Amino acid sequence: MSAPTVTRATRASSVATVIALIALVLLAAAPWWAGRADMRLMGEILLYLSLACLWNLMAGYAGLVSVGQQAFVGFGGYMLFALTIFGGLHPIAAIIAAGGLAAIVSIPIATLIFRLKGAYFAIGTWVIAEVFRLSFAQVSALGGGSGSSLPVGIVKSLAASRSGREALSYWLALGAAVVVISAVYLFLRSRRGLALTAIRDSEVAASGLGIDIWRTKLEVYVVTSAFTAIIGGLIFLQKLRISPDAAFSVNDWTAFVIFIVVIGGIGTLEGPIIGTLLFFALRETLADFGTIYLMVLGLVAIVVMLKAPKGVWGLIRDRFDLELFPLSYRVRTATDKGA
Amino acid sequence: MSAILSIAGLRKSFDAVVVADDTTFDVTEGEALGVLGPNGAGKTSLFNLITGALRPDAGRIAFAGQDITTHSAAARCKEGIARSFQIPQPFGGMTVFENALVGATQGAGLHGREAEAHAVDVLEETGLMPKANTRAGALSLLERKRLELARAMAAKPKLLLLDEIAGGLTDAECVALIDTIKRIHAGGTTIIWIEHVLHALLVVVERVIVIDFGRQIAEGDPAQIMETPEVKEIYLGIDADA
Ligand SMILES: Nc1ncnc2c1ncn2[C@@H]1O[C@H](COP(=O)(O)OP(=O)(O)OP(=O)(O)O)[C@@H](O)[C@H]1O
Ligand SMILES: [Mg+2]
Repeated sequence: MSAPTVTRATRASSVATVIALIALVLLAAAPWWAGRADMRLMGEILLYLSLACLWNLMAGYAGLVSVGQQAFVGFGGYMLFALTIFGGLHPIAAIIAAGGLAAIVSIPIATLIFRLKGAYFAIGTWVIAEVFRLSFAQVSALGGGSGSSLPVGIVKSLAASRSGREALSYWLALGAAVVVISAVYLFLRSRRGLALTAIRDSEVAASGLGIDIWRTKLEVYVVTSAFTAIIGGLIFLQKLRISPDAAFSVNDWTAFVIFIVVIGGIGTLEGPIIGTLLFFALRETLADFGTIYLMVLGLVAIVVMLKAPKGVWGLIRDRFDLELFPLSYRVRTATDKGA
Repeated sequence: MSAILSIAGLRKSFDAVVVADDTTFDVTEGEALGVLGPNGAGKTSLFNLITGALRPDAGRIAFAGQDITTHSAAARCKEGIARSFQIPQPFGGMTVFENALVGATQGAGLHGREAEAHAVDVLEETGLMPKANTRAGALSLLERKRLELARAMAAKPKLLLLDEIAGGLTDAECVALIDTIKRIHAGGTTIIWIEHVLHALLVVVERVIVIDFGRQIAEGDPAQIMETPEVKEIYLGIDADA
């Protein structure tokens, strides 16, 4: 009998790769086939997709259930404005620098809030986000409480024409989503990712098997916060206007993101993707109904949490034993090789 | 032979409940030690103290000649201590193979194919190979207990702590488990085994200690210990329902 072999790719994952590549080519060509409004919507979808993947890594895997990531969305947005207006940086350089600054800022925050457990941790993250909002509202150079617009000169430095700018900011959103999803996927596939997945399932067992829980969580928190700030920068590059209430909105940057991850399937890579598509499908169909839209979202969330705690992707996966991202290992023994 | 584990003056209590009361003993390298005691005596707590899941109120723990009292649980695993949990703690969303792979990569520090081959080995050793691709969350209680053993072995421990893994097995399964543990022991791994299934424990271990209310009330040769009045009193009835 020959030794068992260990593989990772499945047929579904190969099909998914091909579909993803085709989708990527189509999406990259959107400026040539999509209208202005559609492209704007797709850009927004891609940025939400990125936020959802990041929040899922942090909450779904590392168990850091933050309701305060709007702190970093807003921080990234404000850094875009500050570094371009006062630092003279190109907007893209400013957004990347915002990611680096957010990583630095997130370390002392982590040492503070990691002492809190469960609900206290969540509340702690929210308090930090409020501190951010109130602090940026004090900065009169950035418009204080009422905010400010990105100066025309800086906007023009991106591209001369309006359509060129819109295409560029769409491509940036697409690029960010591809980078975030690939980074999360490659991380989860690595041996550090295996450790993180173990933490997701049992912290006591993980630490008993040699995994440094605190350090792993810190790394995840710092990296997701940095990426979240970059996405925040891109969001406000699309909006061209920032204010403390918009930048640090718990509704826009956390509640909707949690909704997306929970209905899609928390703690899976596929969940945030499915969740984002469902969220925008709901939002676009219910857009004309005003506040009813929020009530329907709440209702959907409650039903999913009660009937399918593992989200829509959890239902699909359990039913068809599917995996789009080949993270799992499959052991094949000599006897079932032919099957 | 030298002591691989050396525990001195260990104390731990949860408010009024004392789980370690001046616990002091050595374990020789290559030894198999049994731990007995009634429910709630502090046996699992002793394992929690040795693995670093719990911090002692006082006392010292040395492992392989090094004071590890302040080391984290993760560090102690890398230094060579692995355990099974009495209440299984599988990584429920991962497959059985991946559970073992966590031990092989994180605990034993193996990489790539070498880690995969070692994970396959421990699954074969513990009879879990047919379940390799099953999600651990879908296993029965008995399979979960076997997974506890497999995952601990995957970390390549020098000292293996087993917490009640024989309960509920059929006679044939119990014989197979004893064989496995004897093989692990013969391979040079030091073992401390908490077990209420006395007939299984007694064919493996060379020495037992008895704990009650966190105190060591007896220690020595298994056959002699079983004859002492204190132990007889504690174990009246326990062997039958284990
Ligand atoms: N983390 C904890 N906090 C408070 N009390 C605890 C904790 N862990 C254990 N105890 C208590 O300490 C006592 C000893 O528990 P322990 O699990 O060590 O017993 P045990 O000897 O393993 O028992 P069993 O044979 O039932 O497994 C029990 O009364 C238990 O309730
Ligand atoms: Mg116990």
